Amino acid sequence: MAEAIVRLEQVCKAYNVGEPNETEVLHAIDLELEAGGFLALVGPSGSGKSTLLNIIGLLDRPTSGSLSIAGEPTSRLDDAEITHLRGHEIGFVFQSHMLISAFTACENVMMPMVVANGRASAAIEQRALDLLDRVGLTPVANNRALNMSGGQQQRVAIARALAMRPRLILADEPTGNLDTQSAEGVFQLMRDENLASGTTFLIVTHNMALATRCDRIIEVVDGRITQGQRPQG
Amino acid sequence: MIRWMPFVWTGALRFLADGRLQTGFIVGGITIGVAVIVFMSAMLAGLEANFIRRVLTSQPQIQLLPPDQVARPLRGASREIEDALVQRPSQRVLSIDQWQMIARRMEALPEVTVVAISMSGAALAVRGSASRSVSVLGIEPETYLRIVRLPDYLVAGRIRLTSDDIVVGTELAADLGAVVGDKLLLNGASGSSRVLTISGIVDFGNKGANLRNTYVALRTAQSLLGMIGGVTEIGLSVGDIYAAETIARQIQASNAVQADSWIKTNAQFFTAVQAQKNTNLLIRLFVGLSVAFGIAAVLVVSVIQRSKDIGILRAMGTTRTQILKLFLLQGGLLGFAGSLTGSTFGALALVYWHQTTRQADGSELFPLIIEPQLFVTTALLATLTGVVAAMAPALRASRLDPVEAIRG
Repeated sequence: MAEAIVRLEQVCKAYNVGEPNETEVLHAIDLELEAGGFLALVGPSGSGKSTLLNIIGLLDRPTSGSLSIAGEPTSRLDDAEITHLRGHEIGFVFQSHMLISAFTACENVMMPMVVANGRASAAIEQRALDLLDRVGLTPVANNRALNMSGGQQQRVAIARALAMRPRLILADEPTGNLDTQSAEGVFQLMRDENLASGTTFLIVTHNMALATRCDRIIEVVDGRITQGQRPQG
Repeated sequence: MIRWMPFVWTGALRFLADGRLQTGFIVGGITIGVAVIVFMSAMLAGLEANFIRRVLTSQPQIQLLPPDQVARPLRGASREIEDALVQRPSQRVLSIDQWQMIARRMEALPEVTVVAISMSGAALAVRGSASRSVSVLGIEPETYLRIVRLPDYLVAGRIRLTSDDIVVGTELAADLGAVVGDKLLLNGASGSSRVLTISGIVDFGNKGANLRNTYVALRTAQSLLGMIGGVTEIGLSVGDIYAAETIARQIQASNAVQADSWIKTNAQFFTAVQAQKNTNLLIRLFVGLSVAFGIAAVLVVSVIQRSKDIGILRAMGTTRTQILKLFLLQGGLLGFAGSLTGSTFGALALVYWHQTTRQADGSELFPLIIEPQLFVTTALLATLTGVVAAMAPALRASRLDPVEAIRG
């Protein structure tokens, strides 16, 4: 069995802790994501999928339980260490507002590397152009996000997520706002990158047709994992 | 993306450029504020410098005069009766007691650069059937003209003061119908008279001074006023004009003279200048506050508009400190850009005002003083104001929860 890139043990997440309206949205989640996997996270709206994704992506912290990324426990890391780990090990693809409008497609792809390096460089620009070439967007490399279609923007977002060569990419409904053809193209692109680079993908989706084409489906219902908790041996 | 530029600079510049309408409006507002500050500061400095130049070239910076005469009732008699009121005696024109020794002492003071003795008194200037009362000032030209630059005010003739010469003002010359080379009869208060030749006519830019001030040689004045060998005033120039009052007080404390500095004799002017400075300071303060609130308002809106961008940046590894710097920098850049354009517009307005506004005699209203220091200070203050104003929105941006920010 492949090494786990993400391990959650007894992870709970509650909002308004200690107040009368305290609400627990994740209940004692145990989950392992195998390295190199192409995984779908499904479940009805409000089931806790996005919360789980945010916790795995180190954008949010669990109320209790432990989370390890690439074998490193995250509970004792401070904000700067969490930010560093997130910037280097995890890539994100969001459903909407994929790109920063003030920058071109190429600059958006360069951005995670520029943030990590402190400034741009020829090598960073070349890598961004290579990534745009891989997602088939060389002709629009210098276009602003506003001048690109939703499918193109999502491809740029995937290229950006790959920029730092992360071991894990989290995609929150990446095809949710796209037409069928664009959604298929974006899904296939992620699949190809997964196979080519071995990067782990965890994709939140409502599209069961796409989910069934993933290596594993993890289903969340009412804050509990009801299916796909452990990788199949 | 410029390769050598740090990420936060790139981000700040791009965010400002992306919201160019907002950026344009706030830079416009800062420009107006800075232009007002630059214009007013430079104009006030010019007016003050002009007045000081006029004052200091028309009177000594410190005047040493005989002390006031006071009545001293005799006391100690066996049946002493003290009057309820002691009448102040009339002030006769007196020579400074031991003026030669005092003048030598003044010359020895390191703060004093020029010592000029003079004699002044009242006389009646007569030409034909016309007569005017005048103030006669007897001077030694070689020293006095180093303090009061009479040649600067000359409109006809020259400043030549032999024992038979007199220099008069334009108003007196006009009233008496005299020109350079004409004779004037001067009748002194002591009863003596002299016939003098007008060698020069001066214009002080003041009607009263042009009517009353006349200049003759020191010995001529001593003879006319009946005080041979006497001196009624010792004029001093000092190195630091603003230390004149302190030096005057020190001189008065150690010599039997009354010492008046130009600061004391022009106290009303300094009160007016100080009032103008206070007003200018208040205007600067309120303009600065307006600019600060304007920058803060624009950046608060920017933080709200860019919350998703901030969330994405945080997701890709941007630290809270980098986000803080990114917005502080935007504030500083707005202030700096506004100060550059504002200084330019302020200076242009000053040049235009200087060229189009003249005094009644056609001379400049104020000297054009455009000091680089004013622009540097303004730019620094405006940039600092921008950074301080950006503090609240920058802190808000840096504290944004990435999840909330991405969700918008």
